[in-house]
Amino acid sequence: MSDAFLSGTDMISTRNGEQIEAYTVKAQDPAPRGGVVVIHHMPGYDERSKEITRWFGALGFNAAMPNLYWRDAPGASPDDASAAVRASGGVPDERLVTDAAAAADFLRGLPNANGKVGIIGYCSGGRQSVLAACSLPLDAAVDCYGAFVTGTPPQNDPMSTVTPLYDKLADLSCPLLGLFGQDDQHPSPEQVDELEQLMAKYGKTFEPHRYEGAGHGFFAVDRPGFRSEAAKDGWERVRVFYNTYLNS
Amino acid sequence: MCTYITEKISATGSGKGADGWFGLSETTVYFDHPVHTHADHTLNIDFRDPSRGPSARVAVELTADTARALAEAILRTLDSAPADLLV
Repeated sequence: MSDAFLSGTDMISTRNGEQIEAYTVKAQDPAPRGGVVVIHHMPGYDERSKEITRWFGALGFNAAMPNLYWRDAPGASPDDASAAVRASGGVPDERLVTDAAAAADFLRGLPNANGKVGIIGYCSGGRQSVLAACSLPLDAAVDCYGAFVTGTPPQNDPMSTVTPLYDKLADLSCPLLGLFGQDDQHPSPEQVDELEQLMAKYGKTFEPHRYEGAGHGFFAVDRPGFRSEAAKDGWERVRVFYNTYLNS
Repeated sequence: MCTYITEKISATGSGKGADGWFGLSETTVYFDHPVHTHADHTLNIDFRDPSRGPSARVAVELTADTARALAEAILRTLDSAPADLLV
């Protein structure tokens, strides 16, 4: 069995007939395997996010990361595109679901696809990963410290433009792995507890892991908040979770 | 966290970007993850002219302390300038 994969930029089709850019990882071995949709964080479709996408290739999965900012700033550098999207109000939830569906369709259409597709996101992408898994038929979802899955910003708070997912969680289509820092306030430990309670109420499979001594963004190796112990354990949890639900 | 907080103002002035000087039409201010600064969050300012495309941008990412000091310095400078020049 070969461990080679091909990574690079592809154009993928949305169900609306649009073409958007995606960074894709295609395993070269013909044996059937699952695929992972990677949702990039708010700072954009950047090198770190591409590195994460390639990591799934190294684990033997196919993977695809749609450029959520392609429509607003095609061909722009990731930071310029992020700034343009920020100025225009951000990515609407409906568009996020459309682009996640396009990436999932792309992965299911690969010659060595086994039909199973997971999704993962970090920070704002964590919420978007859950949103997509509540809106699309998927097989496994990972939420890495996504704020506002639960928890409502106070009225008149500048962050009240983002909507928590209370009205969608009952529709979660797949098992959910959640990785959270106990020192994080967005989401707070109480909001993670609330998510756990709601998942139990709706009869969903939810595997939360809470890391002591870690705050928000503990996977980000280029930031002071990086926590190697939590990140190492978290990556292993993701690998086992996806092997369980995407490759078995 | 990604804060989702963005202040946007219209702007008159000029900035020097990767391709030289250009006229500004808007400025966005937000506190969120930086691209380059070694910090978890920074005060970010983008001086832009969207009509010239996304790359017509002068960007800075400042620590919170630096951003506050800058804001105060801007106001002090304006307050100390001769009033007849502020037109």
